[in-house]
Amino acid sequence: MYNKRLDGRKADELRTIKARVGIVKRADGSAMFQIGKTIALAAVYGPRQLHPKFLQNPKMGLLRCNYNMMSFSGSGERVRPGTSRRSKEISYVTEGALAPVLDLEEYPNTVVDVFIEILQSDSGTRCAGICAASMALADAGLKMKDLVSAVAVGRIDGKLVVDLTKEEEDYDGEVADIAIAITPRTGEITLLQMDGFANKEELAKSFENAKEACKKIWEVQKKALKEKYT
Amino acid sequence: MGSPEKGTKGEIHMNIIKKHVYSLIEKEERLDGRKLEEFRKDISIEYDISPNSAEGSARVKIGETEVIAGIKFDVIKPYPDDPDKGTIIAGVELLPLSSPDFENGPPNIKAVELARAVVDRGLRESQAIDFKSLCIKKEEKAWAILIDVYSINDAGNLADAIGLAALAAVKDAKFPKYDEKKEKIDYEKKGTKKISIKEIPIPITVIKIKDKILVDPLLEEEECADARLTVTTLESGRVCALQKGGNVSLTPEETIKMIDLAIKKGKELRKLLK
Repeated sequence: MYNKRLDGRKADELRTIKARVGIVKRADGSAMFQIGKTIALAAVYGPRQLHPKFLQNPKMGLLRCNYNMMSFSGSGERVRPGTSRRSKEISYVTEGALAPVLDLEEYPNTVVDVFIEILQSDSGTRCAGICAASMALADAGLKMKDLVSAVAVGRIDGKLVVDLTKEEEDYDGEVADIAIAITPRTGEITLLQMDGFANKEELAKSFENAKEACKKIWEVQKKALKEKYT
Repeated sequence: MGSPEKGTKGEIHMNIIKKHVYSLIEKEERLDGRKLEEFRKDISIEYDISPNSAEGSARVKIGETEVIAGIKFDVIKPYPDDPDKGTIIAGVELLPLSSPDFENGPPNIKAVELARAVVDRGLRESQAIDFKSLCIKKEEKAWAILIDVYSINDAGNLADAIGLAALAAVKDAKFPKYDEKKEKIDYEKKGTKKISIKEIPIPITVIKIKDKILVDPLLEEEECADARLTVTTLESGRVCALQKGGNVSLTPEETIKMIDLAIKKGKELRKLLK
């Protein structure tokens, strides 16, 4: 049984979070989100003209996310630059995680580009990317129903924990890793992915844990946004 | 530098600014009040910004321009013509995160030029790195230093920022342990051995607008540039790399003036790296 976490945190304890808004001056909106050793940068451009033109939709704007790991951001070998199947998939689910809070019908024929760069990774990069991106969208002044907060929760050898590290993900035992993004005001889930096994009760409890954790993340996000605008 | 789309607000806006830049330059003045031969004051170099994953890293800011560089290592078979030497492999990515003008996709010609002309040539031709010290076993194994530089915010003069960041990251880097038996790099064990650096080559980009030359251009000034020359100098003042850009020719006199200026400015920036 995994009773004591490898880094000594409590089961529901998040790693230290830092957040900052407005880190890329040229962007319409930008943010940095760091949780433990994982660092994500995000910048938003748009709504701007969409090319190629045939992709334009007169009914609504397009949200286009791009998740990328910098070549030196992995703890092992150099990450090969350029898109991979992994980065494509993460970009795609990130769009799904962010779109629900936007009112894209406000921006027909345009695109909102979201670029996410991972500077350093210790698990939870897609969640950190989503946290940074939602702050950057708010910074860009887009109409939003809510922010989006995200965290990985899971189960390690029967024990439910939040915010897994790489070391925990690689733990020698049964590990379930669940990435969840939540709109903190309403508690709706906008991203949900799992590797591993969990039963219904464990999942229900994990969702509860994620909701609580996201509330804490939300506070940090809001604080960072207020810091820039007050 | 991609120019704003034709006929858009961006283009009209840029044209007005360009006119303004031209009229200022005639009076030897600049948008932000600097002298022609003056760098932005707020230059900073921060080391080890990705301490847990990169083997070496650095962030360089020149005014609002910001880039970061990181180092990874690989073990390769030395090239047959240099059997006792390691190598460097440099990459530059102009992230779409850093400017509305940059797009996704394989590195465009601007990024390739920066990687080859500023980072690779600057470090290689200057013999800045002791390539022999990278040899593990002659003809069989040698270290390759993988240098990747990313733009974070483009507010002009990315070239110099990229050059400085690459250098700073190399200075910061520590070799990981190489497991001879498994023939694998053990990234878990962070080493303490640093890369042996013999010279510090500093790239300085000088641009020409009309008949004036200036350093550390802002974005708007880059848009107005007729020609650009990146000059990499060593501590002794010797030039170790040159790269000209732009579609306008330079006279030899102008070129020498630009090189002179770059040598002078190189001395100033060199102090920051110590």
